[in-house]
Amino acid sequence: MPSALPVGGPAPADGVLPEQALTGAAARMFSLYAHIPFCAVRCGYCDFNTYTATELGGGASQDAYAATAASEVTFAARAMEESGLPARTLGTVFFGGGTPTLLPASDLTAVLAAAVAAWGVVDGAEITTEANPDSVSPDSLQELADGGFTRVSFGMQSAVPHVLRVLDRTHTPSRVPQAIEWARNAGLKVSVDLIYGTPGESEADWETSVRTALSYQPDHISAYALIVEDGTKLAAQIRRGQVPRIDDDDHAAKYALADGMFEAAGLSWYEVSNWARTPDDACRHNLAYWRGDDWWGIGPGAHSHIGGVRWWNVKHPTAYAGRLAAGLSPAAGRETLDAGTREMERIMLLTRLSGGIAVNTLSTGAKHEIARLIADELIDPRAAFAGHLVLTLRGRLLADAVVRRLLED
Amino acid sequence: MARTAPVPAATDPAIIRNFCIIAHIDHGKSTLADRMLQLTGAVEQRNMKAQYLDRMDIERERGITIKSQAVRVPWEVDGTAYCLNMIDTPGHVDFTYEVSRSLAACEGAILLVDAAQGIEAQTLANLYLAMEHNLTIIPVLNKIDLPAAQPEKYAAELAGLIGGKAEDVLLVSGKTGVGVEALLDKIVSELPAPQGNPNAPARAMIFDSVYDTYRGVVTYVRVVDGHLSPRERIQMMSTRATHELLEIGVSSPEPTPSKGLGVGEVGYLITGVKDVRQSKVGDTVTTLSKPATESLGGYEDPKPMVFSGLYPLDGTDYPVLRDALDKFTLNDAALVYEPETSAALGFGFRVGFLGLLHLEITRERLEREYNLDLISTAPNVEYEVTLEDKKVVTVTNPSEYPSGKIAEVREPMVSATILAPSEFIGAIMELCQQRRGVLGGMDYLSEDRVEIRYRLPLAEIVFDFFDLLKSKTRGYGSLDWKADGGQVADLVKVDILLQGEQVDAFSAITHRDKAYAYGVMMTGKLRELIPRQQFEVPIQAAIGARIIARESIRAIRKDVLAKCYGGDITRKRKLLEKQKEGKKRMKMVGRVEVPQEAFIAALSSDESKDKSRK
Repeated sequence: MPSALPVGGPAPADGVLPEQALTGAAARMFSLYAHIPFCAVRCGYCDFNTYTATELGGGASQDAYAATAASEVTFAARAMEESGLPARTLGTVFFGGGTPTLLPASDLTAVLAAAVAAWGVVDGAEITTEANPDSVSPDSLQELADGGFTRVSFGMQSAVPHVLRVLDRTHTPSRVPQAIEWARNAGLKVSVDLIYGTPGESEADWETSVRTALSYQPDHISAYALIVEDGTKLAAQIRRGQVPRIDDDDHAAKYALADGMFEAAGLSWYEVSNWARTPDDACRHNLAYWRGDDWWGIGPGAHSHIGGVRWWNVKHPTAYAGRLAAGLSPAAGRETLDAGTREMERIMLLTRLSGGIAVNTLSTGAKHEIARLIADELIDPRAAFAGHLVLTLRGRLLADAVVRRLLED
Repeated sequence: MARTAPVPAATDPAIIRNFCIIAHIDHGKSTLADRMLQLTGAVEQRNMKAQYLDRMDIERERGITIKSQAVRVPWEVDGTAYCLNMIDTPGHVDFTYEVSRSLAACEGAILLVDAAQGIEAQTLANLYLAMEHNLTIIPVLNKIDLPAAQPEKYAAELAGLIGGKAEDVLLVSGKTGVGVEALLDKIVSELPAPQGNPNAPARAMIFDSVYDTYRGVVTYVRVVDGHLSPRERIQMMSTRATHELLEIGVSSPEPTPSKGLGVGEVGYLITGVKDVRQSKVGDTVTTLSKPATESLGGYEDPKPMVFSGLYPLDGTDYPVLRDALDKFTLNDAALVYEPETSAALGFGFRVGFLGLLHLEITRERLEREYNLDLISTAPNVEYEVTLEDKKVVTVTNPSEYPSGKIAEVREPMVSATILAPSEFIGAIMELCQQRRGVLGGMDYLSEDRVEIRYRLPLAEIVFDFFDLLKSKTRGYGSLDWKADGGQVADLVKVDILLQGEQVDAFSAITHRDKAYAYGVMMTGKLRELIPRQQFEVPIQAAIGARIIARESIRAIRKDVLAKCYGGDITRKRKLLEKQKEGKKRMKMVGRVEVPQEAFIAALSSDESKDKSRK
């Protein structure tokens, strides 16, 4: 069962945005997210909005998906124009899933082409797709690069077979270096995703995974703690005692271990769960989320944000396709944030970045908290003296607590 | 049934019989009273409901009487119409003083004992009080319809206790009505008629006073001498306060105004007074026009024995709690309270109670009738602390415990009587020794039942003693106690510190030998109850500056959500809002966030409280 959508207000059928979304839009980067809701197998830990062919029962076909997604691009471009938003070219594009590479490369490039036709892209735009090491070939990667993609993010997760088994990942570890090699040859930048804290994973297992990932010399690594979401197969296995439960202390130790190894290998953190070889290798699309920039998310269940207006599409691919075919917005709900909520989000999101938050933009209450955050070794004193609130390693592990302290009334 | 009931204010004392029923909780007093009301025709069949006289919900639910009542019923023997006044008495040891005043209003008492269980300690205590008041006792075994009834055995036990023959013990069943008529006849034949001087200045003893929302205070009296009439000015002899008698009457059992009350009669007075403190149980009422010079005596101010802090869970409920306590004292002269502040719990009240049952009932009523959620701190007794400079400090709350040089500490003592089957003697003695008890004596009531007397510190029995006694005697043990002076003891105050900050709500005054056990218990409990914080939290128990026990809560190492779910910022924000909401329910002790639930769990005696209290 995929994750639940938030509760919000209704979204208008024409997708037109309220006045508020326009303020300052010209200064904000504009991005596109494309959700590909298909997977060959559903992984036991995953609660993302994704479907296997059997789950869809053949009703919503993968073959037709690229055309449907492209039709939302057209819808989006018109809605933004009707809203009075200034014309902006795309700074970044990100294809996520699901497993985007389950679709033929030509489908992905076709959706991208539709977006480029609608908005254009800036020079040096970052255009990424997530990929499963099993579902790429030298040819498909070359086709993506030729079609405009600049970056590929491989779901490696772990280098240890018994850990991959608990995660239900089907790829063989040896497939990863091969896929990375092919991507490099096609001229694509490479990122790998890792997951730590899987039940049964020892610290040595994790160290093996980190060391292996570093040996591929990626430009970028994301390392996410495994979150056991309600309703997943993994949650049920833990509840039944078939799989050991998740331990936060284990997560903390593994995070610290990985951070040390990444830094030693020359990758620096720029966001709580992300490390890059150079500032230029940081995922700009990812940064857009944390910086509160604008993006349109196409695809079922995709989330969008423009100038303090957030909305999300209907989840099921069939319902999604039906709405677009009828010329209606596929949005299921939307919320327009007030100033207080936007400020709360700003602190919640920017705190996670290595650039931090400028102290002079904080409330008086939050400023008073800074000395105590320094005393508790949660923020970097030197950065604070220079006017920036930047988390220490300890602070990154307790980032949500830091945010709550900054937001205390 | 009597055909013509004697009229109040014109009843010859010779045809009046005043009696009460002494019985243990659930030995069937209320059912027997119900049956008497029916048989005498005082309550018509269609108006009858079970436990007619127990008016409070809590009384019906717990099967106990908290406030007494007096009912006038007619009964005819050999053509003479008699007037019987049945004065209900509270059955619980917490209310001994009220019992003694009820007894003082009677010439006789029915000693009612469950034929399947035998006499219990509290009944025995009340029986002693009745004999002290020279009441004529009619021994009765109830529930003889039960298959488990052993009338011969317990009749012998009763006869042995009060003197007389086992054959004279009446056998009744309140449930079926068997033997109740014979009992009514026996009340008339055995009990003496009241004596008094009708021409002397009026003297009436207050044996109960109840606050009624519509009528103000209703005062129940027994007239000893003279006569009280409507619209007369009356005077309370202890305070000299005067009031106009707006209404006078009898309960039969519904309130029925009369032309007055004469010698030996029992009835109620209404003066428009709004506070039971102006109409004190035990006081003597006289008339202003022809005042008596001497009171009937026996009046005592009620003395709280057990103290506990009551705090609203939600600080904004403080005014509600204050108003509720204010209203309760209108009806409960024994309840005392004063405002108190706790660093950990906020604003509340230190409340004095007659005993633990009084505390529990009051708390339960406050929660139920005023929809309050309350935290009550561990019950405390009153200590007398003498400092080296001879200054004496009275301490009802550990936080008042002086920090200077202490010469000695006196604690209140009780003499306790425990009745139980003899097979449990060892277990009972072990329990009492652990509670610093000193054996006073032991008697066999029958072949297999013993009465064990101990002198114990009150502090040792207020918390869980009774529950332990029950469990060690498989429910058969019963307890009665009365205050018995004080004694010097080696007492210390144990403080609990969270990250070096003292938490006043968890401090306790204990015997030095038990301080370590308390410290270990409380620090261990708190370690389980307090969630991990961003820093390590040491939990210590200390006597003064000396640490006697310690635990620590490890620092939390991770509190961050790894990712943002493909741009679903809304989800992340909602989570944050929920966390912030959760934080509002925390109480801050220094920098440590302590959930309110932790306070409740640490302070509650719930593990033992849920067990039966009979």
